[in-house]
Amino acid sequence: MTSPNTLATIRFGTGLRPEFPAASPEAMLAALSEPDQMVTAFPLDSYETRAAFRIEYTRLQRARNDSEEAEAAFRDIRDALNREVLNQMAVTLARGVADPHGLRERLVWFWADHFTTVGGRGFMRGAIAAYIDEQIRPHVAGRFGDMLEAAILHPVMVLYLDQERSYGPNSLTGQRRGASLNENLARELLELHTVGTDGGYTQDDVRQMAELLTGLGVTRDGALAFRPNNAEPGAETVMGNSYGSDGQARLADIRAALHDLAIRPETAAHVSRKLADHFLSDTPDPGLVAAMQAVWLETGGDLAAVTATLLTHPAAMTPGPGRVKQPLHFLASALRALEVPPEGLIRAPLHRLRNLAARPMAAMGQGWQNASGPDGYFDDDAEWIGPQTLAARIAWCMTVPSELRPQLPDPRAFARDALGDAAPPDLQLAAARAESRIEGVGLVLASPAFQRS
Amino acid sequence: MSRLTRRDLLLRASAIGCSAAASPLMTPIAFASAPTDNRLVVIILRGAMDGLDLVQPYGDPDFSGYRPDFAIGPAAGAQDLDGFFALHPGLGDLMPLWQAGELGFAHAVSTPYRNQRSHFDGQDLLEAGTGAETVGRSYEDGWLNRLVQTLPGATRETALAVGREEALILRGAAPSVAWSPASRLGLTPATADLLGMLYHDDPLFREAFEDAEFYSDLLHGAFDGGDMEDGDMMEAMADSIAASNRSVTARSLASFAAERLREDARIASFSLGGWDTHRGQVNRMGGALRHLSSAISELRSGLGPDWDRTVVLAMTEFGRTVRQNGSAGTDHGTGSALVMAGGAIRGGRVVGDWPGLGQGDLFADRDLMPTRDVRAYAAWAMAGLFGTVRAALEGQIFPGLDLGPDPGLLR
Repeated sequence: MTSPNTLATIRFGTGLRPEFPAASPEAMLAALSEPDQMVTAFPLDSYETRAAFRIEYTRLQRARNDSEEAEAAFRDIRDALNREVLNQMAVTLARGVADPHGLRERLVWFWADHFTTVGGRGFMRGAIAAYIDEQIRPHVAGRFGDMLEAAILHPVMVLYLDQERSYGPNSLTGQRRGASLNENLARELLELHTVGTDGGYTQDDVRQMAELLTGLGVTRDGALAFRPNNAEPGAETVMGNSYGSDGQARLADIRAALHDLAIRPETAAHVSRKLADHFLSDTPDPGLVAAMQAVWLETGGDLAAVTATLLTHPAAMTPGPGRVKQPLHFLASALRALEVPPEGLIRAPLHRLRNLAARPMAAMGQGWQNASGPDGYFDDDAEWIGPQTLAARIAWCMTVPSELRPQLPDPRAFARDALGDAAPPDLQLAAARAESRIEGVGLVLASPAFQRS
Repeated sequence: MSRLTRRDLLLRASAIGCSAAASPLMTPIAFASAPTDNRLVVIILRGAMDGLDLVQPYGDPDFSGYRPDFAIGPAAGAQDLDGFFALHPGLGDLMPLWQAGELGFAHAVSTPYRNQRSHFDGQDLLEAGTGAETVGRSYEDGWLNRLVQTLPGATRETALAVGREEALILRGAAPSVAWSPASRLGLTPATADLLGMLYHDDPLFREAFEDAEFYSDLLHGAFDGGDMEDGDMMEAMADSIAASNRSVTARSLASFAAERLREDARIASFSLGGWDTHRGQVNRMGGALRHLSSAISELRSGLGPDWDRTVVLAMTEFGRTVRQNGSAGTDHGTGSALVMAGGAIRGGRVVGDWPGLGQGDLFADRDLMPTRDVRAYAAWAMAGLFGTVRAALEGQIFPGLDLGPDPGLLR
């Protein structure tokens, strides 16, 4: 019989790790208001550092043909960048492995996906992890409006969704260059980040939002810029609310619009449903979603309260097969069960990170920092488990654990390590019957009980 | 998501497998005089090899009655060995070795492991080389490592573990080297069965797993379906594909071991799987034996003149039930057979006391009764190869073993 704590740690955390007891939903939630230990234990570069690196990178890239030394200097910095991107993956996994239960990491992954950015254009390159750490992570138990503002008003998002190329048609720059709007960020802001496809907005709302967002850009140093000369003059009306005036365009108007969107009922409904969907199933209990939505509106989008409603609702604790773990989640939970030391991940040579984590995750359908679009990775279980992606999961289970941990545990004991009292009888049987330790440990990890949460 | 090509998968699979290849072997080591000219290779057959199917006692009047659906004896394609025993056709390619006295068997052997029949505990005991009282403990070292400790002049190059698992048999105080080939993933039939069982009640996983592409992409081997019934197709495909892959691996393991044994290594160990034949044993045993066959053939050709100074022992954690089960397979048992090969052995015979298969002869009324401890044969082989003395064999290498009479294994 699966205990509530086991279920909560598997479903809302990063899974069991033998050194930690399974955590109760209450304990997991309480930890959200304590200091963020993982970010201290496993730090990453700040966005500022990454931006300075990018400037140097561009300088060396331009100079690379000047001399052999310049070519070598460019190659060095290019290698350093590739190392850094894999290091960000190692740190992400290490935090998921080291935390006593991993709820904060799961939330960070969810919200980073909600505000997905992908790519290596300009200042984005090598900076996505810093964007997540600085704009998303501090707010997972804070206000949604603050997270929304932090994510949208950041150079990485501005670059990713082409906002720096959007000009008010009647702005000074627009008039001078004949430049016009780019609606990309405005549309995704409404469709993906806030009210959702069914949120009742019109094309006119998208256009008004796009006009309101004009002026946002990125400075030569990689910082966020607001350039009134690019901004469409006059007030804009988005979903019934008016922002700005005939005077100087202001960043504060954009902020006001974002905070209004954050507490709209459509946003509460869309994002609550998405959270429940992510953690529970394609068809989450309507009462649970309604409760989250109500708390969202009562508290003005307090994500700690919304998350608490999700974790403590009876419908969230139905035993039985849950969501298929996404590859990042699966790897983190497998590394926990295998008791891989998190520090070892950080120190691992690059080829090992590539061969044991990055390439396998890509084969499972989740390339590192490589979602196919701003809608992020899908939640639908069927998208994750096809013949080839399942083959990639099984291949990982059967080959990687013995690389990570030369003395594999007895599979019968490993089934208990990995799943505790959630190990179903058929899994205990299969673990006991396996031909060897490698195969037994592989079977436990490849089983639906472990692959799902 | 774009469909992965077969080639993508192949590249990825090998990328996963090859990461351990960075090996201390790449570091040149100053020439160290080897402690001996003789060589010992130990192959662990993981999954409980059915000694009764490998070396079939077709002359025993009780045997065929236990296994009506099995192919038994020369009449069914096995190679007659001595008028009483016949060799499974899966090792048929090795008959020239048998005729040259370079292949032999010991029958009705086992470790001291009794009654519980767990692969892991059984394999641990086989590799630890200790007595039944140690079952379930965590072991610090294995018997091959303790052998190395007794060899004067041994260096870290003397003993070699080949394969992707850390072998308990070579773990311990004496340094050894380990090497892992870039192996592809080949699920053994038994593992595929267990996965199938785990996925059975989860339609999403079951359908993805059953998809024909799964096998062709995961195992990417040649498949000759012949004119089989559709129902058998999937199983046969899984079997043959897994088999063809493991054959590559078995050969590459043996080939690498042979290469090192021609240089400074004197002791090598690796494992072969696929022996857990709970169902469809006729096909599965043949598949597993072909890997053993190719491994031994590769050792012979790879060792060249050193083959004459080599003993190969292939041993398993326990045997299988005498009676076939309800799915034309056999379940976990006790007594099995030991395979011995090499130019140094006095082969061409099946040694051991035959316990018989009549009523009251079986262990627990189900298994082949072991008549000798498999460690005794290994011990006598080490005594012959390395001059290891009785006190070391019975005290240090196999603590508590009674060596018993000399079976005269070596030439």
